[in-house]
Amino acid sequence: MIFLIIKRILLGFITLFIVSIITFVGTEVLPGDACTTYLERQAFGEQLEACYRRLGLNVPAYERYVSWALNAIQGDFGYSLSGEMPIKDVLGPRIKNSLVLASAAIFIGIPIALILGIITALWRDKLPDVAISTVTIFAMTIPEFISATLLILIIAIWLEWLPGIVIVPTDVSFLELLPNIILPVVAIAMIMTAHMARMVRSSVIQVMASEYVQMAILKGVPYWKMVFKHVLPNALLPAINVVALTIAWLLGGVVVTEVVFNYPGLGRLVIESISNRDLPTVQALAIILASIYVSINLLADLLTLMLNPRLKTLQIRK
Amino acid sequence: MTDIIQKVKNLSIGFRSKKGEEILILKNISTNIKKGETVGIVGESGSGKSTLALAMMGYVKHGLYTIGGECQFNSSNLLRMKSKDLEKIRGRKIAMIPQNAGQALTPNLKIGYQIDEALQLHSDLDEKEREKKISELLNKVRLPSPETIALRYPHELSGGQQQRVAVAMALAGTPDLLLLDEPTTGLDVTTQAHVLELLNFIAKDTGTSMVYVSHDLGAIAQVSDRIIVMYSGEIVLEGPSRDILKRPIHPYTHGLLKSIPKLSLAGLPESMPGSQPQPGTIQSGCSFFDRCNFSDENCKNNSPKLEFLKNLNTSVRCFNYEKLVNESQASQTFNKIKNKSQDKEILNLSEVSISYAKQKLLDQIFNRISDDNPTVKDININIKKGETIALVGESGSGKSTILKSIAGLLRTKDGLIRFDENRNLSSDLKERDPNDLRIIQLIFQNPDESLNPNHTVEEIIAQPLKLYFGLKGEELKKNIIDLLQKVRLGEFYTSRYPRQLSGGEKQRVAVARAFAAKPDIILCDEVTSALDVSVQAAVLNLLQQLKEDFGTTYIFVSHDLAVVRAISDRVAVLYQGRLCEVGPSNDVYKFPSHPYTEVLLGAVLEPDPDIKPKLVAEDIVEERPPEKGCSFQGRCSRIVGDICKKEIPPWQLTDSGNAIRCHIPIKELQKEQF
Repeated sequence: MIFLIIKRILLGFITLFIVSIITFVGTEVLPGDACTTYLERQAFGEQLEACYRRLGLNVPAYERYVSWALNAIQGDFGYSLSGEMPIKDVLGPRIKNSLVLASAAIFIGIPIALILGIITALWRDKLPDVAISTVTIFAMTIPEFISATLLILIIAIWLEWLPGIVIVPTDVSFLELLPNIILPVVAIAMIMTAHMARMVRSSVIQVMASEYVQMAILKGVPYWKMVFKHVLPNALLPAINVVALTIAWLLGGVVVTEVVFNYPGLGRLVIESISNRDLPTVQALAIILASIYVSINLLADLLTLMLNPRLKTLQIRK
Repeated sequence: MTDIIQKVKNLSIGFRSKKGEEILILKNISTNIKKGETVGIVGESGSGKSTLALAMMGYVKHGLYTIGGECQFNSSNLLRMKSKDLEKIRGRKIAMIPQNAGQALTPNLKIGYQIDEALQLHSDLDEKEREKKISELLNKVRLPSPETIALRYPHELSGGQQQRVAVAMALAGTPDLLLLDEPTTGLDVTTQAHVLELLNFIAKDTGTSMVYVSHDLGAIAQVSDRIIVMYSGEIVLEGPSRDILKRPIHPYTHGLLKSIPKLSLAGLPESMPGSQPQPGTIQSGCSFFDRCNFSDENCKNNSPKLEFLKNLNTSVRCFNYEKLVNESQASQTFNKIKNKSQDKEILNLSEVSISYAKQKLLDQIFNRISDDNPTVKDININIKKGETIALVGESGSGKSTILKSIAGLLRTKDGLIRFDENRNLSSDLKERDPNDLRIIQLIFQNPDESLNPNHTVEEIIAQPLKLYFGLKGEELKKNIIDLLQKVRLGEFYTSRYPRQLSGGEKQRVAVARAFAAKPDIILCDEVTSALDVSVQAAVLNLLQQLKEDFGTTYIFVSHDLAVVRAISDRVAVLYQGRLCEVGPSNDVYKFPSHPYTEVLLGAVLEPDPDIKPKLVAEDIVEERPPEKGCSFQGRCSRIVGDICKKEIPPWQLTDSGNAIRCHIPIKELQKEQF
């Protein structure tokens, strides 16, 4: 078991290493570099040389990679080009903001998704299922930029209940941020909840049709006891990995929603730094997003392993 | 009247088709189950036997509904009972032992908890008493060390152990009626015999009534006092089990019994034409009409009623049963097969070992497999052109593994597989040239999975023809139709999809596909196990016919020893991936000399109440072959001493050409037989 965990963690690091190389090489082969972009038409002669020296671009690529990687491990991603400030200072508040948005969506979305999924499965093809399923399929199919725009139109412009876009500085306190995030959270949670509710529904239906559930009924196990003891633990296991992917997706920045609401999260930073050709920031973002995905998937796998007695013994035997 | 425990009255269950028609799965079924009696319900898949058993618990599957009739238990109709009241009867008064215990035990709950749950629901015992009771129950079903078993999860037990747990769980509520839905299907012969023996013991010990549902007349014969034969949702024959098995007076039962291969008789059984009609397709007349040898005009237009014959104490649904009353079952005729093998050797396995061990990095680099105790070891077999050789053994004996290696799906660890004395086939698929691939074809167990559901029959059979012979257009079409006719399917099958075919027809298509490559050797992996008995005989006959026409060599793998007896010229008995005995079928079956062969053959169930299985060895499951000595040492009842544990037994030859691997001298082995 411990051996397995160590193996998985090592694999995670190897993934990150490969990602870092790919992003580094990617930014390297792009025509032009940070200095030509930054200096624009003055990018020649003495000025360009000076810029190269200042950014350390005059040494071979592999040397730059090594020094960049060594610093990155310590949390130092160098300087952003546009703002001339340390990237970690740019990232800090953005990560915090994305975290706030994601956790709000998760805490609201996941319980609702589970409850809706279970209800629709248990009342399969009856009124509750038909009603909820219609709504969830509808919510799933509307692209988020439309639902987000509609939310702004109705809640912010017609009803004037909440601000339509986030116009606070990136580093305000949570309480000040709260009214601003309600609409983005609703927009994200809608689509996420719908997806997950459908997933849970099909998983529960599959387990309900299994022979062991039929056996439990024939054993005389009362309905709700059967649902909680025999159905849900088995039906929700496969949901863990889906939930994990959703969380990673949320933390990685929900680009469209953030742009529509002008929300200062990681997703918008990705867009901004790409359009500014702020390559050091893009590199840093790539590495951070990759680590979020890797670590959350790792956690999900370990959790499944812990909860599923079948996998557990399988691994130990090996 | 008080001794009737369950009364089924005019029960009809069905579903509504997409067109809105009412389609019946059960048609007007009436029967009584008496206290302390064991009733066997026999029928092929789709005959409605499981639906009937479930209805006896007041359970109707999702999508089906009760059209009419009742299932009375203690004079209340279970099918109209509220679920609150049903919960008090299910598990307490009537309990179910499911077909596939591996699937029927909840995977995330420990064995102990699942039994405890039944006790909590259906008894007033406190926690301490329940704990004791769990141990008692596990002991009763003869599971070793109950305390540790209770802490295990279902997947940590073997198939036989899981089935025993299901029995223990059913007994927890001390039910008056036990329903068993194919409780031994899917278990090894030896395990099956042990579980049946346990069930018989429990029936006697507790006086519980049992309803035993199975397609296997062999198993039914061992347990039941009375037999109900179902066909197409109707009861066609009902009576005392001895009479039904010895003198079946319904044409269907008559044909069914004739189509079962017997251990004591060599050769292929007679086959029954056709297959059971789909529900809803029979509009008028007897549902068995088009498969019946005794039918006339009357049968075509009128449906026979179930008629009770007082002198025979039997109910029968047939106009012409009298034709069968005087005919005894002894008239069974078997088409003796002739051993057509030539002296020419076609395939030779020498010192073959196969391992499933995961390759370590270093081994991968050097392209080698290192495993001291491989799954299959020391296989030496000479296969002659035109013969049918069968590999038999329990699950885990390595019989399918050997097939996979011959087919090239699995690399051998050591040893040589040679075709036609000089062509080396030890390599796997990637290294074989197209002709090497053509000469060996496989037919799989389950045609549902081996035929691509999105291809028509024509496309399925066309593939090998295009691949190996490059046929096109008219010629291709002609070849396909030729092949279809060879497997007795008409031209109109070409445009059908596998889902439009019955199980037997699908397997015929798979056979046609194998023969399309004009192979020298066909590997048959449990080809009849997924088929109903009446269809099985037809497929066996077809295989035999094709072999005689083409001179093909068969390597036949089956767990069904009677089927092997019917079709094979030579048998190789395997245990834990090691050969125990190789010899001509006649000799092996008449004088099983190796202790393991004796165990295997002893456990076979015959559809005859007078032939009881002999249980020689325990049905322990060994996970790995032993490191040293004889492979069968763990279960052998005739161990002669330390030598069995230390040394691999030598090959001994009998006069008739049997080769046996045992430390006991051959004379002694033969002496103790019969």
